[in-house]
Amino acid sequence: MAGPEIERLMHILARLPGLGPRSARRAALHLIKRRETALDPLLAALGEVQAKVRVCSTCGSVDTQDPCAVCADVRRDPSVLCVVEDVDDLWALERTNAFPGRYHVLGGVLSALDGVGPQDLNLGRLATRAADPAVKEVILALSATVDGQTTAHYIADHLKDCGVTVSGLAHGVPVGGELDYLDDGTLSQALRARRPV
Amino acid sequence: MEWRDAGIVLGARQHGESSLIVTLLTSAHGRHAGLVKGGMSKAARGLYQPGNLLTVTWRARLEDQLGLYACELAEANAAALLSHPGRLGALTAACAVAEAALPERQSHPLLFDATVALLAALRDAPEPGYGAAYVEWEAVLLQDLGFGLDLSACAVTGSTDDLAWVSPKTGRAVSTEGAGPWREKLLALPAFLLGAEEGPEPDATAIAQGLRLTGWFLDRHALAAQDRRLPPARVRFAQRWTEHIPPS
Repeated sequence: MAGPEIERLMHILARLPGLGPRSARRAALHLIKRRETALDPLLAALGEVQAKVRVCSTCGSVDTQDPCAVCADVRRDPSVLCVVEDVDDLWALERTNAFPGRYHVLGGVLSALDGVGPQDLNLGRLATRAADPAVKEVILALSATVDGQTTAHYIADHLKDCGVTVSGLAHGVPVGGELDYLDDGTLSQALRARRPV
Repeated sequence: MEWRDAGIVLGARQHGESSLIVTLLTSAHGRHAGLVKGGMSKAARGLYQPGNLLTVTWRARLEDQLGLYACELAEANAAALLSHPGRLGALTAACAVAEAALPERQSHPLLFDATVALLAALRDAPEPGYGAAYVEWEAVLLQDLGFGLDLSACAVTGSTDDLAWVSPKTGRAVSTEGAGPWREKLLALPAFLLGAEEGPEPDATAIAQGLRLTGWFLDRHALAAQDRRLPPARVRFAQRWTEHIPPS
């Protein structure tokens, strides 16, 4: 149907998240038909990303500079460190504009099933950063899953001698959530974490 | 092929972008995996957390196929334990050990009932009683796998009194008198494993001893036969209790 180069492009596109074989075929065709407006800019962007993007040696995020823009920003509050599982969680928190501090990206969570242990996570650097006298609080912004919370408790144990306050995100009713539609686990967590109004 | 059963989630792995391969410990079908289409969705993800008790329907064209699961939540155990480090550690250790040690698709009704009891103890038992419940669960697991401890009488003297040790070779109990000069080589037997109704409540030392005892036989017998070692989650759980023991 198409030459091997186009087949290869479609095969590679089909492996990207959110794309299947059909949507990869449409994307490949779109790129081929709109060479100047779509293919060339995409190639240039990919080339730039490949050449410039690196992992931040301070927090483990990705950026075109090292240290990354968040770590290098002097307006950020150095006393609060937010620990996240991966870069997409960091981006999600940044979108809220609610967190003025700095981040630390673990690169995963402890997982019994997948054989991920503490040595596989970016924990050594976290202990060094938490021991900095400027850091007063470490917020564990990890998923409300068994693996996420197991990791949170492990880190809390790990940091207990660093002299920092270790806190975690609240679990409960989401904004716009109706109680009738919430699962039992979220409801029971929300009840346990109730606060005076 | 179709069956309906109760199942406890042992683990779930992402399959493709939106599906999960979920492994359950079921009442009548043992450790059994199945595909859950759409299991990665926001609404469904919480259902497949380790420790949750589900009502499942499994369907496949042939018996040997992976098959599809349709699940409903019966008890949200994971959510109840998320904020308790020790209890959550016990849950992850139990799921990891069961996942590693149990053969697939072989019925273990005794162990299923013991796991339901363990989950109830993790939710409700006071500190540190849940640790003893975990050790008792591992003893049932060993028994179900054919490596059960024989704690009925002393292997040396035949006495049923003062049983305080277990032979690391045979898994049989040994009394203080029978241990004699071999005491150093034996594993300590905590009193709560003898099922005595009277006696002191198990403390952290007794639970650490129990974990060392069951861990020894799991590691050397049940898991070594499959070229596996104790899962890291189980090692970390045992460390929690060892760190509680005051230096003697």
